[in-house]
Amino acid sequence: MPPVAESALDVKGDFPIFARRFDGRPLVYLDSGSTSQKPKVVIDALAGHLRNHNANVHRGVYALAQEADAAYDSARSRVAAFTGAQPETTIFTKNVTEAINLVAYAWGRANVGPGDAVLITQMEHHANIVPWQVLCRERGAELRYLEVDERGELSLEQLDVELARGDVRLVAVTHVSNVLGTIVPVAEIAARARAAGAVSLVDGAQAVPHMAVDVEAIGADFYAWTGHKALGPMGIGVLHGRREILERMEPFLTGGDMISSVDFQSATWNELPYKFEAGTPPVAEAVGLGAAVEYLGRLGMDRVRAHERALTGYMLERLEDVPGLRVAGAPEAEARGGLASFTIEGMHPHDIAELADRGGVCIRAGHHCAQPLMSCLGVSATARASIGVYNEPGDVDALVDTLLAGREVFGL
Amino acid sequence: MDDLYRDYILDHYKQPRNFGELDPHDLEAMEHNPLCGDELGVHIRVKDDRIEDLRFHGHGCAISQASASIASEELIGMELEQVGKLGADWMIELLGIPVSATRRKCALLNLKVVRSAVTGDHAWPA
Repeated sequence: MPPVAESALDVKGDFPIFARRFDGRPLVYLDSGSTSQKPKVVIDALAGHLRNHNANVHRGVYALAQEADAAYDSARSRVAAFTGAQPETTIFTKNVTEAINLVAYAWGRANVGPGDAVLITQMEHHANIVPWQVLCRERGAELRYLEVDERGELSLEQLDVELARGDVRLVAVTHVSNVLGTIVPVAEIAARARAAGAVSLVDGAQAVPHMAVDVEAIGADFYAWTGHKALGPMGIGVLHGRREILERMEPFLTGGDMISSVDFQSATWNELPYKFEAGTPPVAEAVGLGAAVEYLGRLGMDRVRAHERALTGYMLERLEDVPGLRVAGAPEAEARGGLASFTIEGMHPHDIAELADRGGVCIRAGHHCAQPLMSCLGVSATARASIGVYNEPGDVDALVDTLLAGREVFGL
Repeated sequence: MDDLYRDYILDHYKQPRNFGELDPHDLEAMEHNPLCGDELGVHIRVKDDRIEDLRFHGHGCAISQASASIASEELIGMELEQVGKLGADWMIELLGIPVSATRRKCALLNLKVVRSAVTGDHAWPA
């Protein structure tokens, strides 16, 4: 029997896309780890801003421009409040990739040099690997990895050993693995990094949409997340930073909006957060994200987590009904975010996903932008089903039905 | 019957022809599909400017493995000059199933690796 917990949410009706049909079938969307679907309130906020309040920000004196300013500032305040941060240290970026590159360029180039090390983990998304590879190569520093065990967990002992070497300038970790679902003890890691004199960065892309996140409580120096996985639009990401560090940093991108004054040969920088927001920002997208976090806040992030945890438990249980299926990472829902990466003996993940689509079920297949982790798991690819707030037990049942049907197509 | 996963496709997937290593060989290459990270390699033995023998190695989805298997039977005996001229249409027609835009690279990976070994051109077949 599907779990009907007290915490179960029933919000599919808030998301217009679920009215669509594919070959007469309803949409079964289990790819929220890639991007979330959008509730009507977000679509309306985005369109409403463009329809009624569109003007450029930070420079107009007319009433319409002031409305746009107010909308952008209010979006930032809501987004900051949602994650327990301050608006002045909440920087809008394009996505997590840009947020991490901001840190790698603006902080990294000034603070990481020959003989230094950057410490990351084997389960990072490419967005939290490649910027550090480039930085380390450029600065003559070493990139080292914390290992991931077969439960998908890190060893804090290995962290201590690495930190004790005394050369680690930065520790960058994911909050929730996009492949294994592991919930990483980021507050503990940030505290140990700080005690060892290292700066910490957390990639919260898979965490913020799915559980209550308080960046003050976590205490990392940088915390990055993205809007489009959190029911908001694509093109808007967030970087929370520690004020003292942000103030000392030089800008990342330079140009309009991020300056205080410009003469022929030099310029001075605007105050936080604008110093890090060069050029016209994605105002409507920020407004959309503001509406998204307001929506999530109304649902209550503890209820969102409880709903998704129950559903993840149900998914892990139902996947056992598929012969030859193996889930990567921890076997219990408690230890993981709302996703399961899996392989099926005799079927390539691409074929699994293609055959799932025959049943109207959207799942991801591939390396999930985590090729180093894939090599640790000894596979080149996995299939991944990931849950959003709108999913229901019936979606999991539909997934399992398509997997069983897919095995039959393959004569398994 | 499924449009894509026809019996002959699954047959080539499960029992791929001309897979393994070929030693000694004259030409070799390895290419990967950025979509999934799958790698496919090839060993080619050349005689009189023709592919005398060929073996693919690597893992992939049904479409990429079956494509390689089916193509291998055509490629053995083919003049190198002709191999260099093979395009995407040749492979898609040979495969005989409707390949979606996202799976196109799965179908073309084998031709990419063979062309890479023969001509040194790493581009996806057009």
